[in-house]
Amino acid sequence: MADEGNGRPAPERDVILKVENLVKHFPLTQGIVFKKHVGAVKAVEGVSFDLYRGETLGLVGESGCGKSTVAKLLLRLEEATSGSAIYDGKDIFKLPRKELRALRRNIQIVFQDPYASLNPRMTVGDIVAEPWEIHQGRMGKAERRSRVQDLLARVGLDPDHVNRYPHQFSGGQRQRIGIARALALNPDIIICDEPVSALDVSVQAQVVNLLNALQSDFNLSYIFIAHDLAVVRHISDRVAVMYLGKIMEVGNQDQIYDRPTHPYTQALLSAVPVPDPAVRGERKRMVLTGDVPSPANPPSGCVFRTRCWKAQEKCAEEVPALENRGFDHPSACHFAEIERVVPV
Amino acid sequence: MDVTTDDPKAAEGQHLLQVEDLHVEFRTQYGTVNAVNGISYSLDERETLAILGESGSGKSVSAQAIMGIIDSPPGFITKGALRFRGTDLLGLDESERRSYRGQKIAMIFQDALTALNPVYSVGFQIGEMFRVHRGASRSEAKKKAIELMDRVRIPAAKERVGEYPHQFSGGMRQRVMIAMALSLDPDILIADEPTTALDVTVQAQIMELLSELQGETGMGLILITHDLAVVADVADRVAVMYAGKIVETGSVFEVYENAAHPYTEGLMSSIPRIDQKGRELNPIRGAPPSLMRIPPGCPFHPRCPYARDVCRVDLPPLYEVSASRRSACHFFEEVLANVEGGLTGGR
Repeated sequence: MADEGNGRPAPERDVILKVENLVKHFPLTQGIVFKKHVGAVKAVEGVSFDLYRGETLGLVGESGCGKSTVAKLLLRLEEATSGSAIYDGKDIFKLPRKELRALRRNIQIVFQDPYASLNPRMTVGDIVAEPWEIHQGRMGKAERRSRVQDLLARVGLDPDHVNRYPHQFSGGQRQRIGIARALALNPDIIICDEPVSALDVSVQAQVVNLLNALQSDFNLSYIFIAHDLAVVRHISDRVAVMYLGKIMEVGNQDQIYDRPTHPYTQALLSAVPVPDPAVRGERKRMVLTGDVPSPANPPSGCVFRTRCWKAQEKCAEEVPALENRGFDHPSACHFAEIERVVPV
Repeated sequence: MDVTTDDPKAAEGQHLLQVEDLHVEFRTQYGTVNAVNGISYSLDERETLAILGESGSGKSVSAQAIMGIIDSPPGFITKGALRFRGTDLLGLDESERRSYRGQKIAMIFQDALTALNPVYSVGFQIGEMFRVHRGASRSEAKKKAIELMDRVRIPAAKERVGEYPHQFSGGMRQRVMIAMALSLDPDILIADEPTTALDVTVQAQIMELLSELQGETGMGLILITHDLAVVADVADRVAVMYAGKIVETGSVFEVYENAAHPYTEGLMSSIPRIDQKGRELNPIRGAPPSLMRIPPGCPFHPRCPYARDVCRVDLPPLYEVSASRRSACHFFEEVLANVEGGLTGGR
């Protein structure tokens, strides 16, 4: 992604977050008292991307591809093994403790499960105001209540419900509470980790629309992590496709959905059903065989080669770089070519 | 699919399965939960019927009633009939009912890891069907288990028959579930959100497997799901459920081309589509009602853009829209006239 401006929404936009060569290995140990390293789960293996101000970058991939680990690393909920993430001129991974707090003020997260991410013993008012409790001096005690009510109203909840508890709300409403909490400190970036996958279909659209509206109101940048490719297409300006800890292909949403060049992207898109019985049987399906290999022991060369129908000797020997291969966006495949799999 | 009595097949008991006016409630200490409130549908051989609905619509409970696996108390089937080739299952005693469960009607669940027993090997669990129901010996059962694992395309079945559920991936576990469900050649397979917990590439594999197996055996398939796209891909007919009632039924082509119920229409305009970009999502306002406090009149009226005074009082019956199609909306003609409400060809 670091190369010339492909997939960028507009060249004049400024990069708000620059992630380079992000690596996270979780050690595998054996023994109870004397832990012996026997290997590592390579959850994230050299991920680089830029996030522009005001854009939504979709991060897609199947479970275990490392997309949620990327989110945790960027908030330093996990420590990265190596790599850098430059925000506001500083490397997130090298910040001392004190400055880390300022970072977390500006990068917030919305979690997948609105049941587990809200403390059941706190009122909604306390949950949304808690960021100000932690980041002292951002909001005077006197103003908090009215500000909380503003936030609740902004995310579409009744401001009079500040004294209610999470269990009195439905899943969609709880997710709105989580979003209000993330907005409390006026962040620049919100990382949305599967924010709508636990919601019902009719409610999911409400939350997606809310996220869109908030983005234009507050000029937010989103990193939108999801496995639902239809939702990601709807909300994202650009999309990065991950597989086994690596980005396979990145581009704007037209480039990824209409002109995918990486076989994995093509297989993933062709597996997504279209809600139109009229196209049944007319679509080309690239059904992948087998399962995702273990990230503790990924294949040599291209990590996707064990399931790829194009794989040749070169793929086992040489790791394909994520670079331009004669198309309008970068792809990490030696044999990249455009194949349309989503019907027009 | 018919609710009225003018279905000749229903009168003669020729449908594979005929659900008539089924009511299920759960009596809890907080009050009565009216989970299923009078639903009727039929299923034929080789047919795939999709029951589409959101959480709390009663779609899973209706399936559990057919299987006879509702815990009672608190669950009670208060009214209705479930005719399997003409025999009312609700009139049978437990031992007769057992001869249907698993042998005639089988079910697979959303979460295969919790549905499988972690302390027995998958081969043992698949083989259990033959030992219990067919009196097979251990070695015969194991042989059968390997055959079935081959049939659901689990690679290296012979080597993996002794492995435990945690050693399998999510997709492979779901295949084990399917193998167990199909072991006794059931006439009906109920699949309750079979792919919801799975990744999209694995979902495609499982749905393909199910339709292949249906082609081989001719079984009727009831697919319970909230995913409109999966339904569009595999179903012949669809029944849309809301607050314990069927609000619309018809062939999947008809329903997707132009919805005849505001709820169906709302669902269709609220989903993002992989083949469309930038289309404004029009969500249904509000949230589904609690099944303890279902609104009077039409249960959808508080969320419905078409609602009038009559909807707040009168519960709409399933009106006949066409020979194969029903809608429980007083104003279904108006809903049909809104051609924006379909998914077919909207791209």
